[in-house]
Amino acid sequence: MSLWEYANPTRFMRVTGAALPWLWALTALCLAVGLTWGFFFTPDDFRQGSTVKIIYLHVPSALMGINAWLMMLVTSLIWLIRRHHVSALAAKAAAPVGATFTLIALATGALWGQPMWGTWWEWDPRLTSFLVLFLFYLGYMALWAAIEDPDTAADLTSVLCLVGSVFAILSRYALVFWNQGLHQGASLSLDAEENVHDVFWYPLLVCIAGFVLLFVALVFLRTRTEIRARRIKALETRARMSAA
Amino acid sequence: MMPDLGKYALWVLSAYGVSIALLATITVLSILQSRRTRRALQAMEAGRKTGQGESARSATPGTVKEAANG
Repeated sequence: MSLWEYANPTRFMRVTGAALPWLWALTALCLAVGLTWGFFFTPDDFRQGSTVKIIYLHVPSALMGINAWLMMLVTSLIWLIRRHHVSALAAKAAAPVGATFTLIALATGALWGQPMWGTWWEWDPRLTSFLVLFLFYLGYMALWAAIEDPDTAADLTSVLCLVGSVFAILSRYALVFWNQGLHQGASLSLDAEENVHDVFWYPLLVCIAGFVLLFVALVFLRTRTEIRARRIKALETRARMSAA
Repeated sequence: MMPDLGKYALWVLSAYGVSIALLATITVLSILQSRRTRRALQAMEAGRKTGQGESARSATPGTVKEAANG
């Protein structure tokens, strides 16, 4: 079976319809376990005190804010190259979800930064590129809403997505590129020496799993909505033409 | 059961409050939008079938649109 078979809306609806109840259940389980574990059963950090508990929201949401845009980049490229409508609709469906995660990362970052750095905001490379990424999300959604013809909207938003990918990558690697600013280095890395202590690491992994599953569930749900909305438009057009 | 958050309680609880509120909002809005669209499509397709049946019998153009809108 090829991956391209899911570009067929009927097949996509069938597969995601069957997967969604399981995804919701797994999402609720991971978020409930991860957040309860992190909030109630982990100690304070010796330097940051209880503010370390914000890590269970800030890191997963920042991770998903960036990765949602990268997912949109892949689906936008598929649209531009292979013209599969489901991929364009999936990118459109993912944007509000990615914007929400990015907003959560910005808000929790400010709430963490104020007591630790003494400021809500700093024009630090990582923070600034993340803010620009959020603005790109808003611009992307506005562009979809502003253009009547769905194929033209998909074309133009795909190009915008390519441009915005620069900031998605910058917000992840700004620290490496500029090596300055208030923001600390990566909390998570394949290099074990950079990771947080195990007592924070395990509940954080469960929270990240919960955020990933929530993203997938919401994108499936919203893509299904977009496919139905597209079908409604097609039926309305057909009815108008037969009436004319 | 509530952990002692000390002098940072306001910041930690605000972070959890804002995040949970935003996640709940996007989830609830997505579900409501999904239900609304599904109902609209079901109504339209049901109307279309009725319209097709009627138009096959009466051969009256425009029935599909009327049924879909109704």
